[in-house]
Amino acid sequence: MSVITYRQALRDTLRAEMLRDDNVLLLGEEIGLFEGSYKITEGLLNEFGEQRVRDTPISEEGFVGAAVGTAMLGLRPVVELMTINFSLIAVDQIINHAAKVYGMFGGQTSVPMVIRTPGGGGQQLGATHSQNIELFYAFVPGLKVIAPSSPADAAAMLRAAIRDDDPVMLLENLGLYNSKGEVPDGDETVAEIGRAAVTREGSDITLIGYSRMAAMSLRVAEELAEQDVSVEVVDLRSLRPLDRQTVVDSVRKTGCAVIAEDDWLTYGIGAEIAASIQEGAFDYLDAPVRRVAMAEVPLPYAKPLENAALPSAESITTAVKETLSAVGKRVG
Amino acid sequence: MADTAKAKGGGTAKSTGGRRRSRKDSTTSATGGTTSGVADEKPDVLLDYYRRMVLVRRFEERTGQAYTQARIGGYCHLNLGEEATVVGLMDSLKERDYLYTNYRDHGYAIHKGMSPRRVMAELYGRSDGVAKGWGGSMHMYDTETRMLGGYGIVGGQLPLATGAALAVTYRGGDEVVMCQMGDGTTNIGAWHESLNLASLWNLPIVYAIVNNFTGMGTSVERSSAEPDLYKRGSAFRIEGVRVDGRDVLAVRDAAVDLVEKARSEKRPYILECTSYRLKGHSVVDPAKYRTEDQVAEARANDPVAAFEEQLEKAGVLTEEKKKEIADAVKEEVADAADFAENSPSPDVSTLFDYTYATPVANESRRMPADPVFAE
Repeated sequence: MSVITYRQALRDTLRAEMLRDDNVLLLGEEIGLFEGSYKITEGLLNEFGEQRVRDTPISEEGFVGAAVGTAMLGLRPVVELMTINFSLIAVDQIINHAAKVYGMFGGQTSVPMVIRTPGGGGQQLGATHSQNIELFYAFVPGLKVIAPSSPADAAAMLRAAIRDDDPVMLLENLGLYNSKGEVPDGDETVAEIGRAAVTREGSDITLIGYSRMAAMSLRVAEELAEQDVSVEVVDLRSLRPLDRQTVVDSVRKTGCAVIAEDDWLTYGIGAEIAASIQEGAFDYLDAPVRRVAMAEVPLPYAKPLENAALPSAESITTAVKETLSAVGKRVG
Repeated sequence: MADTAKAKGGGTAKSTGGRRRSRKDSTTSATGGTTSGVADEKPDVLLDYYRRMVLVRRFEERTGQAYTQARIGGYCHLNLGEEATVVGLMDSLKERDYLYTNYRDHGYAIHKGMSPRRVMAELYGRSDGVAKGWGGSMHMYDTETRMLGGYGIVGGQLPLATGAALAVTYRGGDEVVMCQMGDGTTNIGAWHESLNLASLWNLPIVYAIVNNFTGMGTSVERSSAEPDLYKRGSAFRIEGVRVDGRDVLAVRDAAVDLVEKARSEKRPYILECTSYRLKGHSVVDPAKYRTEDQVAEARANDPVAAFEEQLEKAGVLTEEKKKEIADAVKEEVADAADFAENSPSPDVSTLFDYTYATPVANESRRMPADPVFAE
């Protein structure tokens, strides 16, 4: 067992998959000579050469679409989009093409490609570089959208994505790249796409998150355990398909739920989870489902404003405590 | 090739006249200019081209008819008036070469090798259609014949085709990709991005522009700052050629030349085929934006009628042969329509069969009124 960063887990997995399968190639801006904006592809150009680690011009629609074309001929491209915000420039190729080729032509040709891209606020990057718009892609049948929250999951889910025959968007997070966690040495785990995980068992309340919010939820649960509150944490892991059953099973056990999401609340991922909970656990609910989400503003640059707009461990803790007191469970 | 206009990549494109006159000044005349080409060609080849053009014409007429009878739904764009371009372009490709097109794809599908039966069945939305009824008019597709799709979003097929060419070079193959599009496509971002990638990465691809001088109802002059579309690769050092799209031999010669250059040099090329759209943008478009003169001009430039006249003058097409071809094509189209009519609709139980190629946990299979949790 080694303790490595989320970044290292991604890099090691990319390298191993490229060694395993000659059809795996990487495309993206600054992934080669520059070694990646966030250094996920460090050293890979040197090892594999320009044919397999292809620097692209600033041309998202062009190179994402080109990756779809290579996948249609059986290659397994892994595209890096520098941030999820830039996916908006490629959105026609992702939604109208990558997601449609398999079904629209009657299942003749699959599109085995991966789009890796980080979302996440909190880096003072301002309004256009801090959005969490994974919802746009999670909305679309034909795409698979996954969001690992730990180094072990980052490795196992990237491995699954590369070996999957469908277009998979793997959501990374700027705030998680330096986070550390245990990854078994020589691990070959292939995550099952479409499965959520209960990352901490508890009995008082269910706390649901994904990506950075799932990691943050675990920390909140640990802190609340010291105040004798038993929080069950569900990490969604997959946004499409969505594992509603795991969420609902947990809420049926605890009777109440808080959802932590990095995106905007209105129409957000949490809205879908809350709707699922009311439909699947209506008779078990002792309190309204509560959502902790980003303030509905273009994210500001100034640190105090940015901090105020983003969900935090404190805001999650507050929502958990208020929900528990609504159902008559005293905290602290 | 002497009668085609050329724009050298990187150099200054040769002027071929003013905007309004560019079509006539730079292209051959289908009615008079290429009889020498006919004389140089084997009669069998000429008759085969003629038959193929007539097939597209009759197939599309039948398609329009079936559409107005509501046997075909959705959008429906026909190749009427573009038969010479379709046949010339498709004849330049080898079986192993790949084709991507826009939504005006029926003729291309047939002449890349799909059976008219299965193309018509797709139009009817039936299970024997080339895409099992999932695509319709705009989305013909067949892995076997390497027609990798008709696409409905203008410009959407360009990055895909460019990527296919990248895959060919990645594997060291000698296939060429042809990417067909309309004139309006040369104004969208995907055009510019694709051309840049193809030139930068030295990809074996021919971008074939079918310029019927009207993007839906907007003329090229009203939409393109450089209306000589074959020149638009200059910024990417891609050589372009314009050819008279009403002349099947001229299209074939230009296309063969560029396809083989793309294959041997591993370089992208642009081929602009000028043509007249005989009807509106789609079956339901009465084309009121066209003047009577423009309609008359299009009719006078009907490529099928012109080629027929040429072959008759050259003594290649006799009355007897003409009737034989007409009857055979009529039979083939009627057979295609019968086949489509009798093919079953796709079973509703297959609704969830093609969302994902790799089965995945928790994939939604609920029908509209179903509860999310069925217990």
